[in-house]
Amino acid sequence: MNMLKLSWKYLISKPLNTGLNILLLALGLAIITVLILIQDQFENKMTKDAQGIDLVVGAKGSPLQLILSSVYHIDFPTGNIEMDDAAPLLRNRLIKNVIPLGLGDNYQGYRIVGTNYDYLDLYEAGLQEGQRWEKPFEVVLGHEVATKLDLKVGDNFVGSHGIGSSSHEHDEHPYTITGILEPMNNVLDKLVLTSIESVWYTHDEDHDHSKFEAKVATTGFPDPGDEDRELTSLLVQYRNPMAAVQLPRMINSRTNLQAASPSFEISRLFELLGIGVKLIQGLAFVIIVIAGLSIFIALFNSLKERKYDLAVMRTLGASSGQLFFHIVLEGVILTFLGAVVGMGMGHLFLSIIVSLNEQGAVSSLSASVFLVEELYILAYAIIVGILASLIPAWNAYQTDIAKQLTKS
Amino acid sequence: MLEAKNLEFYYQENQKFNIPDILLKPGEQLLIIGASGSGKTTILNMLGGLLKPLKGEINIDGTSLYSLSGAKLDKFRGKNIGIIFQKPHILAPLTVEENLKLANFFSGKNSDKIDGILKELGIFEKKKSRVNTLSEGEAQRVSIARALANSPKLILADEPTASLDDANAATVVKLLKEQAEKFNAALVIVTHDQRVKDHISNQITMGGVA
Repeated sequence: MNMLKLSWKYLISKPLNTGLNILLLALGLAIITVLILIQDQFENKMTKDAQGIDLVVGAKGSPLQLILSSVYHIDFPTGNIEMDDAAPLLRNRLIKNVIPLGLGDNYQGYRIVGTNYDYLDLYEAGLQEGQRWEKPFEVVLGHEVATKLDLKVGDNFVGSHGIGSSSHEHDEHPYTITGILEPMNNVLDKLVLTSIESVWYTHDEDHDHSKFEAKVATTGFPDPGDEDRELTSLLVQYRNPMAAVQLPRMINSRTNLQAASPSFEISRLFELLGIGVKLIQGLAFVIIVIAGLSIFIALFNSLKERKYDLAVMRTLGASSGQLFFHIVLEGVILTFLGAVVGMGMGHLFLSIIVSLNEQGAVSSLSASVFLVEELYILAYAIIVGILASLIPAWNAYQTDIAKQLTKS
Repeated sequence: MLEAKNLEFYYQENQKFNIPDILLKPGEQLLIIGASGSGKTTILNMLGGLLKPLKGEINIDGTSLYSLSGAKLDKFRGKNIGIIFQKPHILAPLTVEENLKLANFFSGKNSDKIDGILKELGIFEKKKSRVNTLSEGEAQRVSIARALANSPKLILADEPTASLDDANAATVVKLLKEQAEKFNAALVIVTHDQRVKDHISNQITMGGVA
């Protein structure tokens, strides 16, 4: 027998009461756990995906949309830009590198991205199998695309027009898989990567088969030949800090293009989301306070019935300090269990949310990540337990044994 | 062993209890008889270190009880005094055995005597039972067992037979006497129960309010 066991015995002698209190607290803490997990992973992922991209240039429209579509591949592009408008940027002395992107097609909901090798190098993407594309209509699959769709090197498939998984198929130009990327744990996992040329030729009316055999551009912009070619957006890397000051303003005011900074737009996005997050956090906080109150009331009520038990314990040699500890321990055990159950529920909720979303931004979250912040949840819960049991414990501390035992 | 001198206590100043001096050697037994309100329980509480007398001194085994304070008094009580109440007051969330272990835990003694005590009191087979499965007589025996768990030097019993039938009452008194003798402990029983009178010859009758 020890204090822990004693408090535990008293708790399980009222299973319904105890269960309800644990559940209530767990619910509040589960919400907070989910929020912490999502927030942390989103921020991590978003920062990781945008690493090395200083500026995104695309068609005029919403800058946030431009970032979401070109960096994270979750929104629709703002439109296309003319090669003639984009070309001067290649020669700009403030720019170190420009990676062109051609979007607009998909295969089974996975976006087909026309680009060059610089895009792969930007994320230091290595191949798990096969090699990079060399000719038009050769593609490299992100790891998740390959595993989810069960595709191998050498397989062929036909892309569909549009970003979603509907609309018509480009059945005259099948793609050939030449390589599969190793798991990157970033946006590349969900992309089908190919050359800009592939995207262009898919949409051409005429079929000049000689150019299909030519090697594609691996860096810079491909040669548009004598046709009017378009790109969707450009990922820009600055040469020096001066560029951050001059370039966006120059592009936005003097060209038909729009320039948007990923870090700026993302912090703006988090600011917008922050209101919703704060609201849910507030709700969770209210639930936790109610759980604390409920524990307080449960302890306080049980104390009335237990005054005699406490007096008996005193006659058995328990000091008033031990009784105080006994009651506080009950509150702490309750909230500790609540925290453990809550965190478990949080991870379970998240894994359910993730499994319900096969594609899209949510599906890239992981429920099996444990954060240091979760230890704060534990500490927070235990503080709630101590606060809730303080007054009942003080009452127990002050129990007048003789008086209590005399009135039967 | 037990020595109570010049005790004085009252709840209202005009109603002082007339409290006799008590002197008991180890193994001696005393019955305090009196009507309700005569201060029997008050004496018992004072002897048990539960209620500090307004005047006077109580010595148990050479220790002046009320010179101890706070947790020290609690520990001393746990180690040296076993108290039995009118109602058994077994802690309901715990089993019979755990009730006894708790007494050992609070007084810091080890639990190797529990089985022996339970056997002597004939409730060994109830060791793992909850209190609510016990009969009144069994429950009272558990409370005796719990009072004996720490091998006390003084056993105090407050109306131990009041809620029991004749057969159980006789058994309980017999057990209390036997165990007190076995532990060589001083035994004080407070009662207004006429059935107890014949068992213990050393008696004090409380005269009520002076």
